[in-house]
Amino acid sequence: MATSVRAATGDGTAPPDPSPPPPPSPPAPSRWRGRLYRWDLKATPYAFVSPFFLCFAAFGLFPLIYTGWLSLHRVELGGEAQWRGLDNYTALWGSDFFWNALANTFTIGVISTVPQLLMALGLAHLLNYKLRGRGFFRVAVLAPYATSIAAATLVFAQLFNSDYGLINTVLGWVGFDPVDWESSKWPAQIAISVIVIWRWTGYNALIYLAAMQAVPQDLYEAASLDGASRFRQFISVTIPSIRPTILFTIVVSTIGATQLFGEPMLYGGSLGVSGGSGNQFQTLSLLMYEKGWITGALGQASAIAWVMLLILLLIGAARLLVARLNKESA
Amino acid sequence: MRTFGQRAGRQHHAGPLTYILLGLAALVSLFPLYWNLVAASHTGERVVEAPAPLLPGPRLFDNLTFAWNQVDMGEALVNTTVVAGLVALSTVLFSTLAGFAFAKLPFRGRNVLLALVVATMTIPPQLSVIPLYRIITDLGWVDQLQSVVLPSLVAAFGVFFMRQYLLEALPVELVEAARMDGAHSLRIIWHVVFPVARPAMAVLGMLVFVQAWNDFFWPFIALTPDGSPTLQVALAGLGSGNHTINQAVVLTGALISTVPLLLVFAVLGKHIVGGITSGAVKN
Repeated sequence: MATSVRAATGDGTAPPDPSPPPPPSPPAPSRWRGRLYRWDLKATPYAFVSPFFLCFAAFGLFPLIYTGWLSLHRVELGGEAQWRGLDNYTALWGSDFFWNALANTFTIGVISTVPQLLMALGLAHLLNYKLRGRGFFRVAVLAPYATSIAAATLVFAQLFNSDYGLINTVLGWVGFDPVDWESSKWPAQIAISVIVIWRWTGYNALIYLAAMQAVPQDLYEAASLDGASRFRQFISVTIPSIRPTILFTIVVSTIGATQLFGEPMLYGGSLGVSGGSGNQFQTLSLLMYEKGWITGALGQASAIAWVMLLILLLIGAARLLVARLNKESA
Repeated sequence: MRTFGQRAGRQHHAGPLTYILLGLAALVSLFPLYWNLVAASHTGERVVEAPAPLLPGPRLFDNLTFAWNQVDMGEALVNTTVVAGLVALSTVLFSTLAGFAFAKLPFRGRNVLLALVVATMTIPPQLSVIPLYRIITDLGWVDQLQSVVLPSLVAAFGVFFMRQYLLEALPVELVEAARMDGAHSLRIIWHVVFPVARPAMAVLGMLVFVQAWNDFFWPFIALTPDGSPTLQVALAGLGSGNHTINQAVVLTGALISTVPLLLVFAVLGKHIVGGITSGAVKN
């Protein structure tokens, strides 16, 4: 490789080795340099990518396998591990808490992801108009992204408070009865989803916006020559053109939803770890934390972690399938 | 109809309805942040009284002093800055090296390794925290900042981001010309890659800084509110009631953790917006 690059670009014009002390004994240093050069060319790429893979091996892959090993054992914090086979997994299968957490993770995931992405699409469409104050609107809708999970959740916990929160006050003005946003299941899940939606809608909108601006102009011109209304153009030109980006955001927010932890944890205050008084918003991550750090059953917590991995692998497989179907239909 | 259609492209001028809807979106985005400021400027009793306050009160300075001195938000602020700064620096450095290799250097196994980098993005932190917690307990690293810095030294997202950027921004001829001049790889990195990659490095640095600043799950496990917490961990301690629950103080803590990043966004928002869009779309 090295020599071919040299031969291809270096013929004639530039001397290959402009080292200052040339004549006395040229062959020895140049051969040495050549070897060094070739070695540099061969080894450097691996050296450059190695920090990532070393870091991943140490803090990603090794713990992942170790977690799998722990999930087959009975382990307590700071204690020895005893072999238990698949007991931790069968225990999960028979545990109401597990199925409840799985269902909550799913429902909160749907309530937070679907409206978030739909609203982001709409928002991106609006931001794509020729606007005065364009920069302001873009930065404004991105401001929630700069807010941490903890800060956002603590603010929203106050806004959603059932007794004095601003949201119930406003609902009262419009004529609604106060909603119990903490101990009723669906209102609590909706409130938690609102926090997620608030933090991520603007971010996703900007991603969609960039994709929309890359859609070729003539597609729209052709559509409007055919008499398509603007809404029609949005549905039949914009959406299909940015389909890969939409798929990307669906995958990213699904991964995020699967591991939801901080929002329900802090929304529940002192009951956060159990996901409210009746576990009404306990997610898989919260259950894992409760098992591992409150109960001290690290084996069971590890089994929950591996179930999460399994779910994500299924989502990944589904994504590949969709991508393949997309390719075939296109 | 025709003539109108002819001019119709993707860039229509916005009508009043668009401005109204966008105004609403901006309001919804900014109001919770404004209300955070309002709540942080009242007494704890006032915050939990209906109807909730809508205008700033007189207590902001007292609350700030209290949060700073009693809850050690000052120490948390320093810790967070150190952690986010180190993580951003090292992620940018290592991501640029790896991104350059993946974009411009030919080597065996390149495509497989790149696919592997992308695949690792789907693995959630939940799969590593239990062993990592056992390890840092054995090492006595609970409540030591290195236990949150080390696992974040480089990120798959960053590698991919820099690779996408350098793929287009760095002409291969530039690298080859430098090689002709006898430059070894480190020189090429310093004199060719870094100058070209600088804008993307800056954007990546900001994105990683924000992410590290706001990171919650692992810091919450590895650090404790009463030890040497980051802002998020200290906030979690406030919120779950380890200290007397004075909601005004809790929300003052939230304000302290948010304002630095909002200032960064207000100043550099345009670049961050550009970075987010360029990183994701070419996927």
